[in-house]
Amino acid sequence: MEAVSTKEKNQASFSPETMAEIQRLLPRFPEGRQKSALLRILHLVQEENDGWLSTAVMDRVAEILNIQPIEVYEVATFYTMYNLKPVGKYLLEVCHTGPCAIEGAERLLEYLKQKLAIGIGETTTDGLFTLKTVECMGACGYAPMMQVGEFYHEHLTEAKIDRFLEDCRAGKVALGTWKLG
Amino acid sequence: MSRKLLLEHAEIPGITTYEVYRRQGGYRAVEKALKEMTPESVLDEVKISGLRGRGGAGFPTGMKWSFLAKPEGIPRYLLCNADESEPGTFKDRLLMERLPHLLIEGMIASAYALGCRTAYIYIRGEYKWIVKTLERAIAEAYANGWLGERILGTDFSFDLHVTPGAGAYICGEETALIESLEGKRGNPRLKPPFPAVSGLWNSPTLVNNVESLCAVVPIVNEGGEAFSAIGIGRSTGTKLISACGNINKPGVYEIELGLPVEEFIYSDEYCGGIKNGKQLKAVVPGGSSVPILPAHLILKTAAGEDRLMSYESLAEGGFVSGSMLGSGGFIVYDEDQCIVRNTWNFSRFYHHESCGQCSPCREGTGWLEKVLHRLEHGHGRMHDIDLLVDISKKIEGNTICPLGDAAAWPVASAVRHFRDEFEWHVREPQLSQQRNFGLAREAVAV
Repeated sequence: MEAVSTKEKNQASFSPETMAEIQRLLPRFPEGRQKSALLRILHLVQEENDGWLSTAVMDRVAEILNIQPIEVYEVATFYTMYNLKPVGKYLLEVCHTGPCAIEGAERLLEYLKQKLAIGIGETTTDGLFTLKTVECMGACGYAPMMQVGEFYHEHLTEAKIDRFLEDCRAGKVALGTWKLG
Repeated sequence: MSRKLLLEHAEIPGITTYEVYRRQGGYRAVEKALKEMTPESVLDEVKISGLRGRGGAGFPTGMKWSFLAKPEGIPRYLLCNADESEPGTFKDRLLMERLPHLLIEGMIASAYALGCRTAYIYIRGEYKWIVKTLERAIAEAYANGWLGERILGTDFSFDLHVTPGAGAYICGEETALIESLEGKRGNPRLKPPFPAVSGLWNSPTLVNNVESLCAVVPIVNEGGEAFSAIGIGRSTGTKLISACGNINKPGVYEIELGLPVEEFIYSDEYCGGIKNGKQLKAVVPGGSSVPILPAHLILKTAAGEDRLMSYESLAEGGFVSGSMLGSGGFIVYDEDQCIVRNTWNFSRFYHHESCGQCSPCREGTGWLEKVLHRLEHGHGRMHDIDLLVDISKKIEGNTICPLGDAAAWPVASAVRHFRDEFEWHVREPQLSQQRNFGLAREAVAV
């Protein structure tokens, strides 16, 4: 294990676009306060690393910001948007808090579980879909909803989910990006 | 018909762009503040307006501003709290999606009043697309000379940036927000020192909600007096209410404070009544943290007066028979909704969102969730109901930040007003799995 993680550590590197984006963010904070960019940098590198944060990726971020790796780990483990293990190409984040629940979110979750034959937190064998429950997303008036990538999919029904999954399989669903471009 | 101070131009095509926003009179408040007013007079207008914090606490904004310490040679920061995460609340999202320049304009005028050179909008990470909406608008504001060095040729220079969170309800608490903005876990800080003295990077810091900062624009334009003429008593101006649940027209409504709750729920101008011709059972009027009220107490106070959409009226009766305006997250429940299930759902939310720093909250929210799960799933015991009240009392007031109170209040109020529904779950464990208690409580009461 030790050997693998050392090897991994040496390998983590980010694309020139991501590095440029990081360099664009750092001057927004006063000298010596660049750690403030950490949350956004983690979003960026997670996107580049197929949607999750490996130890190697987090270590590289620590190097860039000149902070200890533990400072990155403690942030990565605190916030729910960071995934600490691999996820499918389409991460289906279904809200199940009160207002969505009274509009049928729990029933839709059951439908998704059956349809994809996975449980919450699991990924389909083809690596396309991961199902995740999330807490209130600020879409209560347009419930039930799920977030996939950058976008909210609201007023969900079983029929809409069917169509959405087909579109994903056909590669027709945009995920958006944290890069401003 | 309520006057619209914030959403007046929200439906105009292209209003997210600088050109259209400017053509509608945008950035007049900045011109007026910087050219015709001193920072002190802007602050005075905000005080006169009676504006109260729109994030949920309702603290007078002008007073909060006057607490900001101004030591020589130390930068002070203005932070916009755009971490909107309170279940039932989705109003700031609309403001930022549709009117990004209104927020920028409000922040420039506010920063001028406060003497802040730099500000950040801390926005919840899930609102990814709005991060870009805001950044595009900020770039336009820079390009047109509203941000940056020596704005409008004055001595006032101001930089504004957007920085996202990453999924944590607790970061809506202002000291947790500051920790998060420093690139750390969102653990709330002990107060004092208050952020107004020592906040972001130990500098004096002011944290205001999106809607509060937007409201500074009409206050500067029309004057504090005009703002305070709208509303009722100490609830001045307009307020955005995000309405959801079992109503015909969920959405965000700008209301004049003082509107009767009954009109808000049943008028076609607002919620449009209860969906599918059902009966109203209960309302959570200010986001999931505030006490739930049964139909008869949301429409009328215990004294029999009409309940109004205002800070004072919704709180009338204290926690015995009242609630709070809170964030304006207005959740409506019809007769088919189960109060026990809903309370369990909210307690799961608070358990999930507790940062874990204070034992009463970390442990207590878990207890609440487990006991409520037991009751909802037919394994509850009669003394579990009192246990819930007991746990709530032991969390409330015993934590660093208000998340503990926010977790305790919904449970305590649900038991207070719907105790017979909890008891029914214990007495009829099988039946409670098959059907809801409905409006039986009301029937028994008659």
